[in-house]
Amino acid sequence: MDLSLSDEQKQLQESAERFAREKYTFDNRRKIVATERGWLPENWAQFAELGWLGMAFSEEDGGYGGGPIETMIVMEQFGKGLVLEPFLPTVVLGGGMIARAGSADQKAALLAPMIEGKKQFAFAWLERQSRYNLADVSLKATKEGNGWSLSGHKGVVYNAASADEIIVLARTAGSAREPKGLTLFVVDAKAKGLSRRDYPTQDALRASELTFDKVSVGADAVLGKVDDAFPTVEEAVDRAIVALCAEATGCMDAINAATLEYIKTRKQFGVAIGKFQVLQHRMVDCFTNAQEARSMTLMASLKIDDKDPTVRAKAASGAKVQIGKSGKFCGQSAVQMHGGMGVTDEMAVSHYFKRLTMIDLMFGNQQHHLTRYSNLAMAA
Amino acid sequence: MDLAFTPEEQKFADEVRAFVRANLPADVRDKVKNGKHLIRDDYMRWQQALGKKGWLVYTWPKKHGGPGFTPAQRYIFENICAEEYAPGIIPFGTKMVGPVIYTFGTEAQKEKYLPAIRESTVWWCQGYSEPGSGSDLASLRTKAEKDGDHYIVNGSKTWNTMGHWADWIFCLVRTDSKSKPQEGISFLLIDMKTPGITVKPIIMADGGHEVNEVFFDNVKVPVENLVGKENEGWTCAKFLLANERLGIAAVPQSKRGVEALKDIARVEQDNGRPLIENQSFAEKIADLEIQVTALEFTELRVLSQMAQGGQPGAEVSGLKIRGSEIQQRITELTMEAVGEYSAPYLPGLLWQGTNEEPVGPDYAHLAAPRYFNTRKTTIYGGSNEIQKGIISKMVLGL
Repeated sequence: MDLSLSDEQKQLQESAERFAREKYTFDNRRKIVATERGWLPENWAQFAELGWLGMAFSEEDGGYGGGPIETMIVMEQFGKGLVLEPFLPTVVLGGGMIARAGSADQKAALLAPMIEGKKQFAFAWLERQSRYNLADVSLKATKEGNGWSLSGHKGVVYNAASADEIIVLARTAGSAREPKGLTLFVVDAKAKGLSRRDYPTQDALRASELTFDKVSVGADAVLGKVDDAFPTVEEAVDRAIVALCAEATGCMDAINAATLEYIKTRKQFGVAIGKFQVLQHRMVDCFTNAQEARSMTLMASLKIDDKDPTVRAKAASGAKVQIGKSGKFCGQSAVQMHGGMGVTDEMAVSHYFKRLTMIDLMFGNQQHHLTRYSNLAMAA
Repeated sequence: MDLAFTPEEQKFADEVRAFVRANLPADVRDKVKNGKHLIRDDYMRWQQALGKKGWLVYTWPKKHGGPGFTPAQRYIFENICAEEYAPGIIPFGTKMVGPVIYTFGTEAQKEKYLPAIRESTVWWCQGYSEPGSGSDLASLRTKAEKDGDHYIVNGSKTWNTMGHWADWIFCLVRTDSKSKPQEGISFLLIDMKTPGITVKPIIMADGGHEVNEVFFDNVKVPVENLVGKENEGWTCAKFLLANERLGIAAVPQSKRGVEALKDIARVEQDNGRPLIENQSFAEKIADLEIQVTALEFTELRVLSQMAQGGQPGAEVSGLKIRGSEIQQRITELTMEAVGEYSAPYLPGLLWQGTNEEPVGPDYAHLAAPRYFNTRKTTIYGGSNEIQKGIISKMVLGL
């Protein structure tokens, strides 16, 4: 048993920390948010150069042989900086699914350029009725000659406007909400019949509503096996959840540090408000919450490679419950302790709060994952 | 990073399990498993077996006669002992006064006291709190006045755990009442057989006798029983508290508690189905299990830092707070699982060998007393409010 970082991992941590600190000052971030894409190609090129886009992939897939710990390290620093580059949809989700389910040709055509920073992805699974059920998918793909025709709607697809390819979860067989009968397709973002409505999200990311009107794709667009995508999706989403947890841990560290600094300097009744016991105890609770979030993220990052899908799923859901709980506590407390300033756009605190809030909703909130964890844990 | 044990760690785990199975007296194991009260002799037989093996003082470094376990070995040892239903090691000698003596004591004191702690031939207890000094410990008034080569001790201590079984007590006493409260305190070792000491039981809400008041009436204590310098006992007290914080989270015991709770929820019925199938109750257990996991990995992170030579940081301070809250939550949910069959009060059943018939299942009568008793965990060792005060000052700099 060894929970220490290797020298390489420590270097990775330092360089990710430096990136977030230097490139994501509050003012810089504002400027990036205002750009057309909402993220910077030069930053993405730097990720490629530093090897971050390939670090978690095996060497035979063209990566550098790291894993969930490397992802955790980088995502945590991204959380500290509220980094906007689409690492999660492109690398963790898109890259992750291609690495797990893709053919050799698909890996060569998609994964290799992604690692070089030349391709980005979006993952389209959610539909209006889906809520948190990954199998509640009704966008239909029907056979059309050798290929397929896709029709239906996908919502809140992060990074769809910047992506080169959209990875679409579609129903090819079975009834509504049935895990069997789902298939993943890699669809050119510029495909005929695919239209987008783009918008910013509450936390300054970019997402889109996608409409598929008889979008034709070849047989080679299928990622993995026809009708059998669900296990791939579930695993990829569990991995994405753990990466999100790491990001949230970074957000919590940053928001706690900002709040601590604020209550040490803000004076009322003639003293720094941090002298009041009621705020001291709340601040301690914030730090304890962040520690627990960090511990659960580490646990999940260590267990997400487990061969047993139950262990993997419990780890991801357990961590997501903690992140939901701790993120809400730290976020709400930070705003409260900042007083009116906490709800202004000019303070970083409100931006961390918004990100933490959206992270809870992404891929299942605290309650959803408590139920999922409970069903897995009580069955044993 | 790797969660898996190395082959050496696995070998050590096997050795610990084999040792516990061979040396933990069967009757003691049964008592722990069935939630019965233990008596002095039960603890002593197990602790002396550990003492012979050199593992009783498992947190001590080699140079003071400990086994010098690595943090991973500590974790393994504690978990396996809990899994095998070994009683908790009484901390007063092993985790409290022992480390104070080897850190601040004279060579003569080390020679006199440490072997008996390592071998568990002497039972120690703690004299800290007083009727007027709880959270504000430094206001303590039990007085030790020098009279030739003795101190004369007068005053009283309270919340003294298991002092009715103890041979010796370590006390914080006031040796100077003129300076600041923290600066006039000394750390004194006192033989419980000394004339003038009276131990009076305090019966707790669960009906049990676990703690006492201890009265000192002109008790003569040789000056060589002073540990560290006179009026610098607060240093020893602070060291002792810091040293005690790690194990206080009781993670292995809580893991065992959650499993026991699940077992009960599988037996208890709710509308004709096992209670564990009730979604809202199952989610309460799930939430608790997640809390225990978070605590366990926080402790593992601290152990990992220590293994690399670091000092426990901010993480360790929260362990007592969360550990104690979790212990309480386990008893609360267990009582909730048992429901109204928690009501029968059958104190005789808490002891092994009674003829009294249980009412309902044999775990039912334990639920409420445990719940009542475990309220102590957020109060003792510095209440959780005091802990938060310490963290906000020492860690957050508020």
